[in-house]
Amino acid sequence: MSLDIDQVKHVARLARIELGPGEAEDALAKLNGIFDLVEQMQAVDTSGVEPMSHPQELYQRLRDDVVTETDQRDAFQRVAPATEAGLYLVPRVIE
Amino acid sequence: MLNASLQELASALADRRISSVELTRSVLDRIAAGNPRINAFVHVDADGALAAAAAADARIAAGEAGPLTGIPLAHKDVFCTEGMPTTCASKMLANFVSPYDAHVVSQLKKAGTVLVGKTNMDEFAMGSSNENSHFGAARNPWDTSRVPGGSSGGSAAAVADGLIPVATGTDTGGSVRQPASFCGVTGIKPTYGVVSRYGMIAYASSLDQGGVLARSAADCAPVLSAMAGFDPRDSTSLARPAEDFGRDLDGSIEGLKIGLPREYFGEGMDADVRAAVEAALDTYRSLGAITVDIDLPNSRLAIPAYYVIAPAEASSNLSRFDGVRYGHRAAEYADLAEMYCRSRAEGFGAEVKRRILVGTYVLSHGYYDAYYLQAQKLRRLIADDFRRAFGQCDVIAGPTAPTTAYALGAKCDDPVQMYLGDIYTVAINLAGLPALSLPAGFGQGGLPVGLQLIGNYFAEARLLNAAHRFQQATDWHLARPAGE
Repeated sequence: MSLDIDQVKHVARLARIELGPGEAEDALAKLNGIFDLVEQMQAVDTSGVEPMSHPQELYQRLRDDVVTETDQRDAFQRVAPATEAGLYLVPRVIE
Repeated sequence: MLNASLQELASALADRRISSVELTRSVLDRIAAGNPRINAFVHVDADGALAAAAAADARIAAGEAGPLTGIPLAHKDVFCTEGMPTTCASKMLANFVSPYDAHVVSQLKKAGTVLVGKTNMDEFAMGSSNENSHFGAARNPWDTSRVPGGSSGGSAAAVADGLIPVATGTDTGGSVRQPASFCGVTGIKPTYGVVSRYGMIAYASSLDQGGVLARSAADCAPVLSAMAGFDPRDSTSLARPAEDFGRDLDGSIEGLKIGLPREYFGEGMDADVRAAVEAALDTYRSLGAITVDIDLPNSRLAIPAYYVIAPAEASSNLSRFDGVRYGHRAAEYADLAEMYCRSRAEGFGAEVKRRILVGTYVLSHGYYDAYYLQAQKLRRLIADDFRRAFGQCDVIAGPTAPTTAYALGAKCDDPVQMYLGDIYTVAINLAGLPALSLPAGFGQGGLPVGLQLIGNYFAEARLLNAAHRFQQATDWHLARPAGE
């Protein structure tokens, strides 16, 4: 299997990464190399094998439904690119 | 002092032959002198370190010292450190100062260690050479034209060059063990779930695990014991009683059954690596261990499975970097979508973008079953191989990496070649097992070779015991690079 340039551009859009001039072509060549490497997976018959999502067979732990976090908004927003009155600023999305 | 073991340092501190402030000053001087050569540190906090050292000295004077009180250490820059830069060696986080400490960081602070600074790494821990760093590659102190390995390359180089006695690392596909091998230090990755991932910036969450790099197994043990432990803030942290991983260090290894996977001793390993690994196995036999041949038949599938699962998890984890709440935001954009796309294009390096694209693709509509689900099924087969193998042996041994440290730039432009170097390490993360790399000798050009020991789940103490007994019988771990 190999990707084409439109698929690379589509995936980049899904991943919200802008590709500059020439970057899509370079990504295409490298991604196809990587997919050649992973392609050998397809030759293995895995029917009846249970997928393993995680090394430990764990159940999601539940905790008591009580407040455990204190308000740290100021500390957390100090590292934000743009805030005002406790809100994160982004470009207008609704006209 | 800078060549002393942690135990020697602890007893010198306890006997007041040296204070933590004096020790920390000598470490800071050593870093100032040595770091320009190897670029192992991306941030040094002299004032904070001296304050922590003074506090440690007060604890020692009050008789409240533990085995690590006053010991200087460094954290890989993937761990969040409150009030200190936490960059993941990425432009995306170049100006990020963490508002909180990772669990590992707070555990080691509680133990009284002195945090001296943060070490270089591959961006977001994605890489095997430390060349994918926004701050430039770290270099191998044995030969500065060569890579230190990665992704915890800065930690390995700093320990190898005597800039710091011990440093933390993380290991998603070999990122503690392979740099330990390339730099001639000891590095252990525990069983998945033993060390909390809270505050450890995520790459591939079902594989990521914190670990330690130090000169010897005896030095790794107390640090791993201090940083491990249940943490409710990590949903995969295991609720197990606290463990002293050094409890069996001196135990006999007479009769220890060491499994040698046929697949790890076939083609692909350089001759000098093979010679050092075989010699190390002879040492083990002379110490009373028994070697048995075993099979891990699905080994060849580990790299394909890993390079689907890890990018898939990475693409999901790294979606949090949107230029809104923290991290880099592009200067110019017309709308919100463009702000996301540009901020991420500018903030991430080439390898990180590649893995995000691979991960996004394999998770996208129509490809999920063929790639991600298939990789998870192979993961089961790989884990089952180990389960069967541990029915025949106590530990598994082999090379950590197929080569010694290669030249800077040798594999930068060829991701597939870089990935293939992870052949002996990634399966262990897929299975979630503990493993370590210890110095086993030298190959061509005087470059270190690592021996990998893999244990069954929760066999960290046994691995450290096997490594320690080897280090009692050999002095590879004491060899130091010549410097300029």
